[in-house]
Amino acid sequence: MSGFVFPNELHVIWTVMIVLYPYTTGMVAGAFIVSSLYHVFGITRLRPIARFSLVSSFAFLLFATFPLLIHLGHPERAFNIMITPHFTSAMSGFGFVYMIYGILVFLEIWFCYRADFISHHTAAGGIVKAIYYVLLLGVTEQNEHTDQVDHKMVKALAGVGIPVACILHGYVGFLFGSIKANPWWSTPLMFIIFIFSAVVSGISVLIFLYQFVNWLRKSAIDQDALDVMARLLWGFMIVAVVLELMELLSLAYEQTERWAVLKFLITGPLWYTYVVFQLLICSLGSFLLLSFVTLIRLPKRLSNLLIFISSILLLGQVLLMRWNVVIGGQLVSRSYRGFTSFLPGIFEKEGLVVAAVIFIIPFLLLRQFDKIFPFFTPDIRKSNA
Amino acid sequence: MKNEQKKLSRRGFIRRALYNTAGICVGSITLAAFGKSEDKPIPQMTDDLSEFDWGFIVDITRCIGCGACVRACKAENKVPDSYFRTWVERYEIDANEDVHVDSPNGALDSFKENHVQDKHIVKGFFVPKLCNHCRTSPCVQVCPVGASFVSPDGVVLIDKKNCIGCGYCVQACPYGCRYLSRPPGTADKCTLCYHRIHRGQSTACVLACPRKARVCGNLKDPDSEIRRMLNERPYYMLKPELGTNPKCAYIGLDKEVK
Repeated sequence: MSGFVFPNELHVIWTVMIVLYPYTTGMVAGAFIVSSLYHVFGITRLRPIARFSLVSSFAFLLFATFPLLIHLGHPERAFNIMITPHFTSAMSGFGFVYMIYGILVFLEIWFCYRADFISHHTAAGGIVKAIYYVLLLGVTEQNEHTDQVDHKMVKALAGVGIPVACILHGYVGFLFGSIKANPWWSTPLMFIIFIFSAVVSGISVLIFLYQFVNWLRKSAIDQDALDVMARLLWGFMIVAVVLELMELLSLAYEQTERWAVLKFLITGPLWYTYVVFQLLICSLGSFLLLSFVTLIRLPKRLSNLLIFISSILLLGQVLLMRWNVVIGGQLVSRSYRGFTSFLPGIFEKEGLVVAAVIFIIPFLLLRQFDKIFPFFTPDIRKSNA
Repeated sequence: MKNEQKKLSRRGFIRRALYNTAGICVGSITLAAFGKSEDKPIPQMTDDLSEFDWGFIVDITRCIGCGACVRACKAENKVPDSYFRTWVERYEIDANEDVHVDSPNGALDSFKENHVQDKHIVKGFFVPKLCNHCRTSPCVQVCPVGASFVSPDGVVLIDKKNCIGCGYCVQACPYGCRYLSRPPGTADKCTLCYHRIHRGQSTACVLACPRKARVCGNLKDPDSEIRRMLNERPYYMLKPELGTNPKCAYIGLDKEVK
């Protein structure tokens, strides 16, 4: 603690779990948007990772609420947010947005994989056949017409899903940005910054996993798809970082009361996590690497290595951004006269170990999902569903 | 010679001291017995809560930083350690216009040690803080389940049976008046001793204050002490620029207080 903080501010109440939540939902939204780039915007070079991104989005989505449940003082009342919503609160929409998005992604996966399920159903026997029968809701018919309907449905769901994904994550940004009491959070730009950083984390995790899984399986990667993703990552990270820097610049230039305290936040408690690691190492580092990859023709192996390193750097950058927003905002006293301090616990309920376990589960789940929804095998249908 | 006449003998000094003490005692007893106190008791609550709009005044010019209010609040409301429904801040401004603020343990044990040792302090004062029971409360606005609410008589309260313990209200309060302790895992704050005021009793902090630096009353009653003070004295609110419309008025508020 330095300077003066209100006595109740000595307790930082939103900790590691609240850092993890926007990080995970960012990946959910980002990965979904990548799949939509193929399904809706017709970037066909992304076809090899379109299914993978959709299933990844779903895997992250299933566990995104876990950190919140662990954080809540009364998790058994969590559904009150939908049973007795108080609509003047930005947070009250959470359950509905989350539910709509979940249904949407699930439906899109279902339509996307329906033809695969039918072929599995036909080939399998016994219980597995029965499971696929239930999964198909008893409809095992497949022909050109059903493929077309599936494709249309996927396209429509992916189209609707883009704004919903943006709302899901942008709204998390809004939760912070709309808190006028907090000088570090209160900005309308928070909404947009969160969306762009979500896309960055989504593409980063897909690049990381795509290269890692293919390296593990010793299978060839689709260079075209990887190059497109690297370019997209480069573009989105530039927008995300510039938006954040513009916010900082305007704060510094306006020289208001807020800046009087925030400049000490940035040069003090957040110096390493924000300035050194987030901005200089992760943002600038990945920007330079991706610039090399995109602008200069490099040998494939080197180029892929640089893309891989960039994806790791940007995963770190977004995680640090979440940390610096969530924790950083609570370090500033609302007295504008000092800063409280925070060090995460390791083994406690909201500590680092629990956070790491929750973060890893979706990746393990993804491994299992691959058996049900094989995402690296090409679509068996002619239409690009 | 004149100097010698003015010089007070020991006997004379004791005599005068005794007379003065006796005078003060008699005067006080007479006032207590027959004098009409200006303190109007808070009127007994009726069933019609709309007749009330509870407000609060903190008179900074009267606060001596004894911390009696903090101790009374802790005892009355069983506030957990290191959390505060009310606290007192000490402001010391030195000759270089540097402002030094502290509130050791919320002033629960008063201010026993000097905060500033080697500066020439030119101005100093104490500021008691508590929930402002804002008319447009950000904490009530952001509660996702409606557990934070404004009572019909204008007190911001928390329904602890419905609170999910998300902590959003704690983040939204610009004054740092809310806290979330675990257990019980629900948000908490000053209730203006709602269990007392609706029975016609004053709040614990008001009763404990030896300097009448705190006044709680019905803003809808034109004859109430709080209304009279607001009509007669200049006052200001904390952070009015945030549009929260606090109902806690501060008399003698300095610009340095946030």
